[in-house]
Amino acid sequence: MEFNVTLLGQAITFAILVWFTMKFVWPPLTNMMEERAERIADGLAAAERGKQDLEAAEKRVADELRQAKQQATELILAAEKRANQIVEEAKDAARTEGAKLVTEAKSQIDQEVLRAKEALREQVAGLAVAGAEKILRKEIDAAKHADLLASIKAEF
Amino acid sequence: MASNATDYIKHHLTFWNSSHEGGFSSLHVDSFSVSLILGFLFAGVFAYVARNAKLENPGKLQLFVESIVEMVDTQVKEIFHAKSNVIAPLALTIFCWVFLMNAMDMLPVDLIPMAAQWIGFTFFGADPHHVYFRVVPSADVNVTFGLSISVLICIIGFSISAKGLGGWIKELFTAPFHASGPVGTILLAPANFALQMVELLAKPISLSLRLFGNMYSGELIFILIALLPWGAQWLLGAPWAIFHILVITLQAFVFMMLTIVYLSLAVEKH
Repeated sequence: MEFNVTLLGQAITFAILVWFTMKFVWPPLTNMMEERAERIADGLAAAERGKQDLEAAEKRVADELRQAKQQATELILAAEKRANQIVEEAKDAARTEGAKLVTEAKSQIDQEVLRAKEALREQVAGLAVAGAEKILRKEIDAAKHADLLASIKAEF
Repeated sequence: MASNATDYIKHHLTFWNSSHEGGFSSLHVDSFSVSLILGFLFAGVFAYVARNAKLENPGKLQLFVESIVEMVDTQVKEIFHAKSNVIAPLALTIFCWVFLMNAMDMLPVDLIPMAAQWIGFTFFGADPHHVYFRVVPSADVNVTFGLSISVLICIIGFSISAKGLGGWIKELFTAPFHASGPVGTILLAPANFALQMVELLAKPISLSLRLFGNMYSGELIFILIALLPWGAQWLLGAPWAIFHILVITLQAFVFMMLTIVYLSLAVEKH
């Protein structure tokens, strides 16, 4: 066991190596590793955020879908109601129209009947007068019995 | 074999010294150059990875380097609670460098020394018996003390930067024993100082001798196994090598952990 200048040489080499490691090895490596750790943490956080976003979006989609379905049902119900209403209205209108047509026709018929009766009455009266004239021509003076003739005529 | 077994072991345990006489100004060329090469290997690979580090789709080498950095970072954050830009790179350097130096023990004991002998003999005309090459730098006390004394300097530096020069010197004389009055404080100061010195000096000595002892004994056992008949070497060599994988990693880890612990103690207030 003898000490010599090797010890100093070793100590100097050691100092240089430590300085070199301090300057060129340790900082870049640890910085890089820290950055990587940060990046991994960021990535995980982003993934978590994405998952949450996705869940929220799915929930919103389900909500909107449900709403749309509800709206569609409402619309269908309203449309059915409206259709029924229109049918009812049409029926009503048709009914009133029909009734009107019927009453019109009835009144026309009545008028026709009245007119026919009138005409008939005229003709019967005429025929009766003509018949009576033929019968009475011989016995009755037309001028004398004009009042009588008129009253008979009116009775028809 | 038995007659030159001692020579074989001695040859394996002799450093390539820059001067034949030895002395303080001489250099162990083998441990110094191997540790230098391994240090540059570590720095080069890690700096290469750091420069080309990709945030996404990291390669296998990058993942390997990252796992080491992560391990060191976790240990430092668990033990050292003050803020420092030095301690984590320091711990990383210690772990990787000591591990690489220890790992030289896993090379066959004769591989590098014989290569060195062949090169010395062929290209430099050296006597092969006088070409020495010890390939495990951490089995050299100079190397381990070079590391641990640097750690000691860091401990002192961290203490002073955390408590101030005055605070640190005051603590040397007033802890661990506290007295209520000024007389008691002065009386206790020598005992406190002596204890603090022991505590301070025991740290680098235990650090370096633990590493040195483990690696030296490991190397020695590999040398002893190499003395067995070649057909029987695997019987002991394989289990010892496998066990040694644990030892070299553990020793590097222990050196790093204790350095972090010592430095965190240095910045804590007593």
